[in-house]
Amino acid sequence: MITASDKFLFQCKAISKSFPGVKANEDISLSVEKSQIHALLGENGAGKSTLVKIFYGLLQPDKGEMLLEDFQYQPKNPKNARSSGIGMVFQHFSLFEPLTVLENVLLGLDLQVNKTEVEQNVSKLSEVYGLEIKLSSFIGDLSAGERQRVEIIRALLQEPKLLIMDEPTSVLTPFEAENLFSTLRKLSDNGTSILYISHKLQEIAELCDTATVLRKGEVIGEYDPKLMSPKELGEIMVGQPLTTPNRPETEKRKEKLFSFSAEKVESETQFGVTLKNIDFEVSTSEILGIGGVAGNGQDELMQLLIGERIQNGVFIHFKNNDISQLNPRKRRGLGIAFGPEERLGHAAVSQLSLLENSLVTDPKNKFTDYSGFIKFETLHDYTKGVIEKFNVKTTGVKAVAGSLSGGNLQKFVVGREIEQRPILFIVNQPTWGVDALSATNIRESLVALANKGAGIILISQDLDELLEISNKVAFLSEGTLSKPIDTEEAVISEIGAIMGGLTEKEAI
Amino acid sequence: MFKLEPRVEFSPMISFLGPLFSIALTMIFGGILFFFLGVDPVAAIKMIFWDPLMSETFAEYSRPQILIKAAPLILIALGLSLGFKANIWNIGAEGQYIMGAIFGATFALSLYPSESVFIFPAMIIAGIIGGSIWAMIPAMLKVKFKVNEILVSLMLVYVAEQILALASLGFLRNPDGAGFPGSRNLNDYPSASNLELINGTGIHLGVLISLLMVIFFYILLFRHSLGFKIKLIGHSPKAYAFSGDSPNKMVVICLLVSGGLAGLAGLFEVAGPAGQITIDFNVGYGFTAIIVAFLGRLNPVGIFLAGIIMALTYVGGELTQFMLNLPAAAIQVFQGMLLFFLLSFDLFVNYKLKFLKD
Repeated sequence: MITASDKFLFQCKAISKSFPGVKANEDISLSVEKSQIHALLGENGAGKSTLVKIFYGLLQPDKGEMLLEDFQYQPKNPKNARSSGIGMVFQHFSLFEPLTVLENVLLGLDLQVNKTEVEQNVSKLSEVYGLEIKLSSFIGDLSAGERQRVEIIRALLQEPKLLIMDEPTSVLTPFEAENLFSTLRKLSDNGTSILYISHKLQEIAELCDTATVLRKGEVIGEYDPKLMSPKELGEIMVGQPLTTPNRPETEKRKEKLFSFSAEKVESETQFGVTLKNIDFEVSTSEILGIGGVAGNGQDELMQLLIGERIQNGVFIHFKNNDISQLNPRKRRGLGIAFGPEERLGHAAVSQLSLLENSLVTDPKNKFTDYSGFIKFETLHDYTKGVIEKFNVKTTGVKAVAGSLSGGNLQKFVVGREIEQRPILFIVNQPTWGVDALSATNIRESLVALANKGAGIILISQDLDELLEISNKVAFLSEGTLSKPIDTEEAVISEIGAIMGGLTEKEAI
Repeated sequence: MFKLEPRVEFSPMISFLGPLFSIALTMIFGGILFFFLGVDPVAAIKMIFWDPLMSETFAEYSRPQILIKAAPLILIALGLSLGFKANIWNIGAEGQYIMGAIFGATFALSLYPSESVFIFPAMIIAGIIGGSIWAMIPAMLKVKFKVNEILVSLMLVYVAEQILALASLGFLRNPDGAGFPGSRNLNDYPSASNLELINGTGIHLGVLISLLMVIFFYILLFRHSLGFKIKLIGHSPKAYAFSGDSPNKMVVICLLVSGGLAGLAGLFEVAGPAGQITIDFNVGYGFTAIIVAFLGRLNPVGIFLAGIIMALTYVGGELTQFMLNLPAAAIQVFQGMLLFFLLSFDLFVNYKLKFLKD
C-alpha cells in the first residue's frame, strides 16, 4: 500500500506492463508533488509513453497501483482520467484542420456545455496563461505552436490537477518553446502539477524541478536537473558515455557540387506548403543543414530533391549538369543518394525483407545483371555488410523491415545509402525517433562521409544536431529558405528569430 | 461488440492452409446447398472432385477435359496475378480472351484456305495482339486520365461480347453454313488448327505453353527485378516512386501481360477445343481465372494447382448436371463460394477477431 501524503499530488507504485515479447514498464514508482514540474526523461523505447498512457487510462497496468490526492486511482479510459483531474497533451495533435478553434474545443469536451460560457472560459485562460489564440481561426491556418495552444486550452478547460505533456517542444521553434515554458511555469505557480516528457536535456534543465530517468522500462533514479550538466544527465539516460562528433573539416571544401534554385513552387495539396525563393549550394566535404519546424516545406523540398516531383521553374545542377528533369533513378545513377523522413512505406517497405529493401535503391545496378535478373549473392553480401557496419540489430538479412525497431531500421536505411558511397547525400530527419547512441553513430557516419569528400544536405528539426555537424545552416519557414549562415559563427538567438520567419536584419 | 486487430506475427502455414480450409468449407456448404436442391450431397461432391479423375466410366472423357479447361484458366490467372500483386486490377480478362480469339480467327479465316505453315504461328501473335489491344484501352485511360481500370476493363467485356456477336453473325459467318451464326470450324482448316499433340490426352499447344508459363512466371517473380518491382509497387506505391520508376510503366506492363495472355488463351481455345467463333464462345474463363489467381495465392505454382482444381469443378459440375440434374447455376454458386471462403479466410489470416466487453 502507498499512503497518502499532503506533499504529493500523484503517486504510482510498482507499475509493470508487458506487451508480447517486451517488458515496457517494470516495477515503476514515481511521485509528483503539488505544483511541481516533473520531467520524465528517457530514450525512445524506454517506456515513457507506456507509463503515461497508463496514467491517462489508455492502457491498463499488469501490476501496481496509483494514488491521486488521497484516493485510489484506476482510470478505465481517458474520459475517466480527465474527470479525475488528469489531462494530457499529445505530441501529435488531434485537431480537425477544416474546423475553427472554437469548434475543435467544443468537440473535445466531454460534457455538453454552453457555447458562450466556453468562449468566456477560453478567453480567461488565454489571458491568464498567455495562450493567445483567435477562436474563429481555422486550425489549418495555424502554426504548430498555435495548434498546441489549442490542445493545451482544451486540456485546461477540464481544470486538471495534473497535466501530462508528451514531447511538447518537438514541433516548436525555440521562440515558441520559450512561450510554452512561461505558460507551464504560470500553470505550476497556480498549483497545477505537470509531468513533462522529453529527451531534450537542455529544456529539462531550464524548466523542470526534478527528473525521473527511465531506461529499458525501469526507473534509474530521480535527479535534480538544475544541479547537473545536460551531458551528465544524458549519460545517465543512455547508460554510457556520449561523444560529440566534430563537423567536417573546412579546408577540404573547394568545389561546388550541387545547386538548387526555385522561385515559386505551388503546393500540390490543400494543406501543403508553397515553396518560395529557395536558393542554395553545396560544396564537396560540406554539410548543409536545413532546419525549421516540420511542416514548413521540408517534405515538398525533399520531393523535388529526390525527383519524385519534377516541376518546371526548379533548377537543379549537380557537378555542372542540369538534373532538373531527371527521375530519381537517374539522379542516383549520377551519385546522389536520398534518405527520406518516412522510414516505413517510403524509404523501406515493412513487409519486405532487408534483402529486398536493399534492392529498392540500387544506384549502380550492382544487384541486377544486364537482363534484369537479381544477383542474390551480391545483394546478400551487401545487405549483410550494411547490417554489420551500422550495427543494425536484427535476426538477419531475411528479417522483414517491419520487424526492426525504428532506430535500427533508420540505421539500416541510412547505412544502405552511405555504403553506396554517394557523392551527395540528401537526408531528411536521419535521427528522428532514434535513440541517442544510434543518433550519434548516424551523425558520425555522415561526418565521415563528408570528410571523404561527399556533400551532404541534412534536413532536420533538431537544432542541436544541425549546430553540431553542419558547416552551414539555413532555415525553412512557411516555404521560404533563409540565407545559409556559417554554423561556427551562428548565435542561438539569431537562429531562433530566423526560424520564426524573421529576416536576419529584423532579428538583430 | 468486436473489433479486428492486425496480426503481428504470421505463420507461413496459414497461407497454405487457407486454400485447403476454403475448399473444405465449400464442400460442406455446397453439400448443404445440394441437399436442399434434393440431391445426395455426398454423391454430388464426390462427382465433382473424385469422379472426373478416378471414375472408370467418366475418367477417360474427363481427364483430357480437365487439362483443356485448366490451361486457359492457368494462362489467364498467371497474367492477372502480376497486376493483382501490383494493385492493378484487370477484371476484364474475359473480354481480352474474346478479342484474342476474334483477332486470331479473323486473321486465319481471311487467308482461308491457305496451307502455309506460318498461319498458326501468326494466329498466335494475332491472338496476343488482340488481347493486348483490349487491355491497353483501360491502361491508357488510367495513365492519361486516371480513369479507374476496374470499371473500364469490366465494361469492355460487354463490348467484346457485342463484337463477338457481330463476328459470328456478320463478318466471320461461315459462307457455307446455311446462314447459321458462327464462323467456319478451324478444326477443318488444318493450317489454322490447334491440334491435340498426343491423341486422347487433351494436351494441345496451349496446355504446354501454360505449363511453361508457370515456370516462366516463377522465375520472373522470384528471380527477376521486374517481379520485385511488382511486389514493391503493390506493397508501397510511395517506395516504388522513391526507387525511381514511373507507376504508369507498371500499369502498362501489367495490363499488357494479362491482356496478351488472355488473348493467347482465347486463340488456343478458338483454334482447338471450341473450333469456331460463335455467339456463346466465351464461357467465363476470364472471370473464373480471377478466382484461380487468388485461390493460388497469386503464386505461379499455386495458380497451377488452383487451375486444376477449378477445372475439376467445371468438369465435375457438368457431370452433376447430366447425372444428377443439378442446375448449372448451382455449380456457379459452388465456385463463387470457394472465392468467398478464401477471401473471408484471408481476413483472419491478416487480422484477429477480438471481442470487447463493453
